[in-house]
Amino acid sequence: MISPVLEVRGLVNRFGTQVVHDGLDMEVHEDEVFGIVGGSGTGKSVLLRSVLGLQRPQAGTIRIEGHDITQLAGDALRAVKARYGVTFQQGALYSSLSLLQNVQLPMVEYLPVLSPSARDELAMLKIRLVGLPADAARKYPAELSGGMIKRAALARALALDPRLLFLDEPTSGLDPIGAAEFDELMLYLQKQLRLTVVMITHDLDSIFRTCNRVGVIVDHRMETDTLERIVDHPNPWIQAYFHGERASIHLGVTHGT
Amino acid sequence: MRTGPYDWRRMVLEVRSTELGLALDLTGEWRALSFAQIDAALAAVDLGGAGHIEITTERLAALDLTGAWRLRQFVLHARQMGAQVAFAGTPPDQLRLVEEVLSPLESAKAAPQAVHGGGPAGPLEAEVVTLAFIGRRTVTLWEDMIGALAFVGRLTATAAHLLPHPRGLRPISIARHVYDTGITAIPIVALIAFLISVIIAYMSAQQLRSFGAEIFVVDLVTIGVLRELGVLLTAIIVAGRSGSAFAAEIGSMKLNEEVDALQATGVDPVEALVLPRVLGLFISLPLLTVIADLIGLIGGAVLCAALLHMPLDQYVNRVSQAISPTTFWVGIIKAPVFAVLIAMAGTHRGMQVRGSSRELGRLTTMAVVQAIFLVILADALFAVLFMEIGV
Repeated sequence: MISPVLEVRGLVNRFGTQVVHDGLDMEVHEDEVFGIVGGSGTGKSVLLRSVLGLQRPQAGTIRIEGHDITQLAGDALRAVKARYGVTFQQGALYSSLSLLQNVQLPMVEYLPVLSPSARDELAMLKIRLVGLPADAARKYPAELSGGMIKRAALARALALDPRLLFLDEPTSGLDPIGAAEFDELMLYLQKQLRLTVVMITHDLDSIFRTCNRVGVIVDHRMETDTLERIVDHPNPWIQAYFHGERASIHLGVTHGT
Repeated sequence: MRTGPYDWRRMVLEVRSTELGLALDLTGEWRALSFAQIDAALAAVDLGGAGHIEITTERLAALDLTGAWRLRQFVLHARQMGAQVAFAGTPPDQLRLVEEVLSPLESAKAAPQAVHGGGPAGPLEAEVVTLAFIGRRTVTLWEDMIGALAFVGRLTATAAHLLPHPRGLRPISIARHVYDTGITAIPIVALIAFLISVIIAYMSAQQLRSFGAEIFVVDLVTIGVLRELGVLLTAIIVAGRSGSAFAAEIGSMKLNEEVDALQATGVDPVEALVLPRVLGLFISLPLLTVIADLIGLIGGAVLCAALLHMPLDQYVNRVSQAISPTTFWVGIIKAPVFAVLIAMAGTHRGMQVRGSSRELGRLTTMAVVQAIFLVILADALFAVLFMEIGV
């Protein structure tokens, strides 16, 4: 048994009297695409922020590749942060930097040994890899379309070739064709680069196309199972989510296979 | 801790000499975060006329794109040096991926260079560049002035359109800006006014004492604060506080597409965002000036009492002799003009923000610099005007 890439145990997050998570457990294994699902306000983003070390939980452990980030600070925490890539919902590209400079920023921070020309070439490699044209590299985020921003954010997340990738609502704001293309791109890269992907999403198409396992946040905890089995979970919210009208076209497919 | 495949392992490069040349054996993890070691190890390989290089990658624990890219650089370099490079077994997938992505780019880059062939750089180049720079700046400056004029026109038209219907002026919004730009500024404005009057009183007392004319300290403080410094310093503080706030608020709303949302809803942003700010400051700056004047006079009184042992009734008496009926009004009349200049500089620059956070910073800076410049310029014009009409 290989230890999980990401392991959350007994996570508690509270804001004042408002309880967000109360003993949440989550495990993500190597090479899988793990989807995080939950209604609005159930704390998907708070979970992501905790895992990324952007906010300290009240209790619980969060292990990334075996390192408990709740116990780390300074350089040790920084070293763990170099091992994963993140894309944020709105892209969060640095608006005063060109796309090329955006992708280079993690390299400048963590790999000062790279020469400027090597950085250029490696950044261009990532930009082309996510399917953006070479002439997009000189553009600024304000000049990119919504779909290009999502891809650009992915290119930046891959700058240091992480094996663990967090995607926050990667297909939100994209048209169905663009969203499907993004899913395919993500699956292609996941196979080629042997990525472990943790994805927050609302997009049912995306879940059924890409996820191996799904964690649903209900009642401040997480119910985790494979996609085939989670749809039969008795929790009413999960039932409503996976058996609503919008999900019906997918269920025939998963049950059939 | 157990050693799963996710644990970090060193990259190792073994180099052996063979009959044909070199054999490279790659093991361990060749990943981005150990690029320094990878780079050093590959750079240290002595190609020294090796005819044939065989690379074994099959025992690699991990090779990522950064590692594969460096390996490709090495292979290209070795081929350039005349070596034959071959992989034992199949080359790694990552190398193929890098090859697929980069080789079309490189051939595209190589092509146009061959066509151009470096034409002679003309001797005129430096001058042309300078001329182009001056020209571009002139055009930008011209466009900027036209833009500012258009903004003033638009604001005036909106105001003229709305003034007959005071309800449309958004009184709640105006009240908020009176609070933000006026009431919250009272402490700092009062403090500065107090300190300025102390400075004037102290300096003039030192000079006038040698003439035995200490009583004129009161005249200097009173006239200096009421006519000039009370309103000017208040305006400069407000330009720094509120001019920047206007530009930053509206600018970030532009970046966030909130201004577009307003416009799409059919709300004129000049009417909803600019005019309430201009009117709010139009109300609050004169009121702040009154406070500054008052505190300035009090500061004068305190210092005259402390420094010159002048009783309060004598100070008050002297103040009423020093001022003419116009002294106060000559100062206060400038406040609304300064208010409009500050508010327009701030809101206009805010509305110009587009694209990036850097623009926001640039235009906020510009708003403050321009607001202060315009205030001082207007003050100079007022000084000339008042001298001409003899007040």
